[in-house]
Amino acid sequence: MSNEVIISSVIVLDDNTRFTLLELCRLGQTSAEWVIELVEEGVLEPEGSGIGDWRFGADALKRLQAVQRLQRDLRINLPGAALVLELLEEIEMLRQRYES
Amino acid sequence: MEYKDYYKIMGVEKTATQDEIKRAYRKLARKYHPDVSKEPDAEQKFKEVGEAYEVLKDPQKRAAYDRIGSQWREGQPFTPPPDWDVGFEFSGGGFTGGDTSGFSDFFETLFGRGAPFGASRQTYSRNFSAQGQDHRAKILIDLEDAYHGASRLISLQIPEIDDAGRIINKTRTLNVKIPKGVKAGQQIRLTGQGGPGIGKGRQGDLYLEVAFRKHRYFHAEGLDIYLELPVTPWEAALGAIVAVPTLGGSVELKIPPGSQTGHKLRLKGRGLPGNPPGDQFAVLKVVVPPAKSDADKAIYEQMARAMPLNPRVGMGV
Repeated sequence: MSNEVIISSVIVLDDNTRFTLLELCRLGQTSAEWVIELVEEGVLEPEGSGIGDWRFGADALKRLQAVQRLQRDLRINLPGAALVLELLEEIEMLRQRYES
Repeated sequence: MEYKDYYKIMGVEKTATQDEIKRAYRKLARKYHPDVSKEPDAEQKFKEVGEAYEVLKDPQKRAAYDRIGSQWREGQPFTPPPDWDVGFEFSGGGFTGGDTSGFSDFFETLFGRGAPFGASRQTYSRNFSAQGQDHRAKILIDLEDAYHGASRLISLQIPEIDDAGRIINKTRTLNVKIPKGVKAGQQIRLTGQGGPGIGKGRQGDLYLEVAFRKHRYFHAEGLDIYLELPVTPWEAALGAIVAVPTLGGSVELKIPPGSQTGHKLRLKGRGLPGNPPGDQFAVLKVVVPPAKSDADKAIYEQMARAMPLNPRVGMGV
């Protein structure tokens, strides 16, 4: 196939992944202010004591992107999006247990 | 090209007020939002509803759409009548505001393609740069692939900007190497495989979210693999060594004497690869042999006499 692209190097965002605040902002195409808001809301829980040495796991990027989509598509405010995320995660856990 | 019945998609009457349309849209958007919905075709439905709303929320577009006539049915082959859009502001196409990538040919023919980032493309100056949008897709893989690693061909509809500055959807096939040890819910990032950048802006990224296809007898919880293992009453009571399938092949498992249904036996390090690797758990299920012949029945009766048991003790009956 002529338009096939071979991707040999992919980045798996696994349990060992850590992002700085700057990296997370760049990947999420968003501002540090907004990420700080997410931390204050408890949506993201970075390791490290001060903003300068915050380290975010791979899950943080996934949650951040989900909040972006929920806010954009459903006009949910931040506490609402945080609640939706928590409920979705709980449903996912229950579903896994139910299906097993 | 097929006719799209936007009123039917939104579940409203043709006479619906703008408020009714807005309410219907919000309800459907919540129902089919790909982050929220578990319906297999949620993404498709969400886009359809978005497309219908893009037309019906705008009185100009809605009036033009209505003018095409009500004799059309959803899915019918459709060609727009000549001069159907004369007298409306958007005539000529290309004035759609929203992110229209993924909208149907029907929409494109009537209302044109939008520009990325929700802005009309005429507003870009030559020096404007912006990073392309990130895209995401789900990728369904077998547990065996997560264990061994695998290559997968993925076909994606990728919007690209052509020479005339229009957005066109191109099908691109990516050959993605799935590294071993991926977990359900994890994202795989493919740098620069997302939406096109504008100006000097770099391409967006593509995120593939991993989900496992349902396996015949395994299921994963994180890196751990679970398996329901059927055993006979004598294997459970007396203990035995039985062959057990694992993702890495068959292994011998020692069942201790006095085992029961529900007992969980651990095969350390036999789960998905990782650091440390997951375990496999065999959850025992005692299978009772049917009493088919008189001889079979005699054995059960003998058991009942020799080792009476009330498993319902403590249930108050």
